[in-house]
Amino acid sequence: MPALSVDQAGPYVAGAYLAFLGLILVYVAIMAGRLSRIERELDDLAALAERAGAERGDEEAPR
Amino acid sequence: MYGRGLRPLAIVTFGVLTGGLALVFFYAPLDADQGLIQKIFYIHVPMAIVALCGFVAGGVMAVVHLSSGDRRWDLRSYVAIHLSLIMGVGVLVTGSIWARAAWGHWWVWQEPTLVSFLVVFLLYATYQPLRFSIEDSHRQARYASVFAIIAGAFVPLNFVAVRLAQSLSHPRVLSSTANLPGEFGVTFLVCLLGMALLFATLWKYELASKHAAEQLRGLRRRLSEVEARSPEPRPAVPAGVGGPVP
Repeated sequence: MPALSVDQAGPYVAGAYLAFLGLILVYVAIMAGRLSRIERELDDLAALAERAGAERGDEEAPR
Repeated sequence: MYGRGLRPLAIVTFGVLTGGLALVFFYAPLDADQGLIQKIFYIHVPMAIVALCGFVAGGVMAVVHLSSGDRRWDLRSYVAIHLSLIMGVGVLVTGSIWARAAWGHWWVWQEPTLVSFLVVFLLYATYQPLRFSIEDSHRQARYASVFAIIAGAFVPLNFVAVRLAQSLSHPRVLSSTANLPGEFGVTFLVCLLGMALLFATLWKYELASKHAAEQLRGLRRRLSEVEARSPEPRPAVPAGVGGPVP
């Protein structure tokens, strides 16, 4: 098959590079979603630990 | 732990990949035979090499896991295989686009290089279903490691078999570095380095994420134990907190 002209080959080359970029972006976006979920859950846990600590402090405080 | 050094690695990766792309479009000359379409070579081949090396690395890490019993190596092996699979998707997509432009077909079933890569890809596509079909985490890690070792050994065997087979249209890359003239060779090597760095960065990134999720689960477990020991009822740990991260 004869080589394609630059005009004809351009969309193929752009498509291949965009597919690569898209793949990486989708992967990074999924991982970012997971990290933000971990961060959210960590905040929940920290709030819970703080609440538990505060309650314990109330119990131990002299009445 | 895994996040250490991730930022400088990511910056270096970005720099090398950007430099590689600049070389592809502003330095490497047009191929006399294929013209502009040959530019796909600079992402397709490095991605294929890195993906196949990642599969083998996953097998090596699985060997370390089985010999040492250290579960961190199982996680490392899992992440390496996962990333190689993602790169494998990239190889198949960019390869198909190149095949369409160069040969007029999206896929050629008679071509051993294409079919053998598809076989390797499909083999590894069964890794995750196999892994997550086992509930017991120790058995899961052991079985997954055995799979990773056997499949990892299959990759170089498959590579050699393809080299011995007769090629129809797919060129034999890296049979001799002399096949790549100066500008092509430099550009290819920079792109290969960029792709390897990208793999290493994403591997560390995913490991850091999985390690954080694991630590969160441990925290939740410890908090639940404290709750259980406490004489008075305390606010319950929400069910979602520290749950498994898929």
